[in-house]
Amino acid sequence: MGWPHPIHPGETPLLSTHFGEVEARTHAGWVARGGYEGLRQALTMTPEEIVAVVKASGLRGRGGAGFPTGMKWSFMPKEDGQPHYLCCNADESEPGTFKDREILRWTPHALIEGCAIGCLGIRADSCIIFVRGEYTEPGRILEAALAEAYAAGSIGADAMGSGKRVDVFVHWGAGAYICGEETALMNAIEGKRGNPRIKPPFPAVSGLFGMPTTINNVETLAAVPPIITRGAAWYAGLSLSSPKSTGTKLISVCGHVRRPGTYEITMGLPMQELIFDLAGGMREGRTLKAVIPGGSSVPILTAEEAATCITDYEGIAAAGSLLGSGGMIVMDDTTDMVFQIMRLAKFYAHESCAQCTNCREGTAWTTRILERILRGEGQASDLDLLLDLADNMTGRTICVLSDSCATPVVSGIKKFRSEFDAYISGARAPVLQEA
Amino acid sequence: MSADPATQEPVFTPARRAHLEQLAPRYPTRQALLLPALWIAQRAHGWVTPAAIEEIAAELGVTTAHVQGVVSFYTMYHTHPVGRHFIQVCTTSPCHMCGATKVVEALLEHTGCIDLGAPSPDGRFTVIEVECLGACGFVTPMLIDDDFIESVTPDGVPELLARYP
Ligand SMILES: Cc1cc2nc3c(=O)[nH]c(=O)nc-3n(C[C@H](O)[C@H](O)[C@H](O)COP(=O)(O)O)c2cc1C
Ligand code: SF4
Ligand code: FES
Repeated sequence: MGWPHPIHPGETPLLSTHFGEVEARTHAGWVARGGYEGLRQALTMTPEEIVAVVKASGLRGRGGAGFPTGMKWSFMPKEDGQPHYLCCNADESEPGTFKDREILRWTPHALIEGCAIGCLGIRADSCIIFVRGEYTEPGRILEAALAEAYAAGSIGADAMGSGKRVDVFVHWGAGAYICGEETALMNAIEGKRGNPRIKPPFPAVSGLFGMPTTINNVETLAAVPPIITRGAAWYAGLSLSSPKSTGTKLISVCGHVRRPGTYEITMGLPMQELIFDLAGGMREGRTLKAVIPGGSSVPILTAEEAATCITDYEGIAAAGSLLGSGGMIVMDDTTDMVFQIMRLAKFYAHESCAQCTNCREGTAWTTRILERILRGEGQASDLDLLLDLADNMTGRTICVLSDSCATPVVSGIKKFRSEFDAYISGARAPVLQEA
Repeated sequence: MSADPATQEPVFTPARRAHLEQLAPRYPTRQALLLPALWIAQRAHGWVTPAAIEEIAAELGVTTAHVQGVVSFYTMYHTHPVGRHFIQVCTTSPCHMCGATKVVEALLEHTGCIDLGAPSPDGRFTVIEVECLGACGFVTPMLIDDDFIESVTPDGVPELLARYP
């Protein structure tokens, strides 16, 4: 449901069905809602069977990259005598993204169950849920649910009386967006600085503590229990569009809409419906200007591009952007695109781990140039300079944070160039003062 | 505030050591206890003191330099004393677009903080701006100590602060 709003008829509640129900947070409440049935069934299946079902469902990673989950699991070695790890990524820090928090807060047992099934699928003894340090409330609710799940014997040394051991626990982050990058996340768990690692080796070969590891997003893992109980074909059938985009997707909508919140849609819903029906559209007298559909790292869409866009992996890619994490930032005609792009660049400059020169220097320099433009001190050559910098920041670094900073700059200049020009020519009054 | 006797006490009292050791079986290395240990230290003293860094290094069998490197990487660990109540307000684009700066202004005004990051003269509050708190639909979100608070408006600030004496 569109938490904190009632279910909209345009939604398809699956993961969000019990958002807002306090009892669903408890073990008994979850069981009463059919919970732990997926895990019960998975405990009778072989790892190969679990992976096959997830593969056939078409589930793709909900953390940003959209990588097919079953395939990712199949990369894990079979019985190799080494410990395997599952890491659940609950670092949710990409501007515009606030959907995993609702799973953590309202249906923590759905996640615990998904983590346990994931462990069975990849032959891991334990799943470590990495929760960002700022998620004090969601993390505490999750910890309370874990304690209950252990006490009830749903997980632990003898999960649901199966004789199989499944451990799930929380590891708290401590502030740093970059720890959402999967290899940085593993370093954070290992007690190191959260610097991303060079790949290869890929995590399935050498990940957490050098062991085979899979990293999955909260929403990805929470989608697994219903796939087990209701079947891959049912999940794959949930699609209004492409067979490559199956199931439901939580979209957190923020910015200039009347009803910001987390909405659950069937893949393929027109973006127009999502913004104007579900999220309530623009405030009185305002018109839509731009949409960043998948978290701040994806290209900006104009209102025209959004008007015909289908909300799924392929549809948003066809419109020139990405579904990403499903964090949708909606901007109306009052938005100063230059300022907001500067603010995003500043975010990336602040969050760069500074290992790579192109990222460390590029994010800082990009921010400084955009600030200079906003102070009315920009030069005609600055836009080319920004695009040049962006080019140097793309595809040249250890992780894609650097690319993510370049993306809104490049798409912003391409699509809203006149706003940059207005500051540079002096047609528009500066909004920043000398620092 | 560094003269606060509480910060002179060791981090690892028997109770806190037991808390840390309870987590140890989860990980194959002692070093993996570093982030949890730093949280325990910060909860104990309000910030991560130089003495705590030495203690943790010894406890986990890693170098002091390693602990210092990690502390400086993660923004939520304080390496200096902060006001009694620590306020972290989001001002990243989605929140900025919807009025977060007005909330920051109201916070500075009503806490008496001269500037972001500087404790208020009465030592009661420190206010800082932070990046996305992952609650972008609930503008303006903030953390006050360990409390996550959604949808704060400028008008709501005085009443909110009154809850933190
Ligand atoms: C800078 C950066 C930040 C990221 N932050 C997150 C995050 O907060 N949550 C998340 O699930 N994935 C995040 N990712 C993606 C992860 O690296 C990883 O691809 C994902 O967790 C895999 O899970 P999935 O396959 O289930 O989507 C981030 C990636 C990068 C490069
Ligand atoms: S691209 Fe940036 S954030 Fe990623 S590893 Fe390099 S410096 Fe760190
Ligand atoms: S931008 Fe403020 S919480 Fe995400």
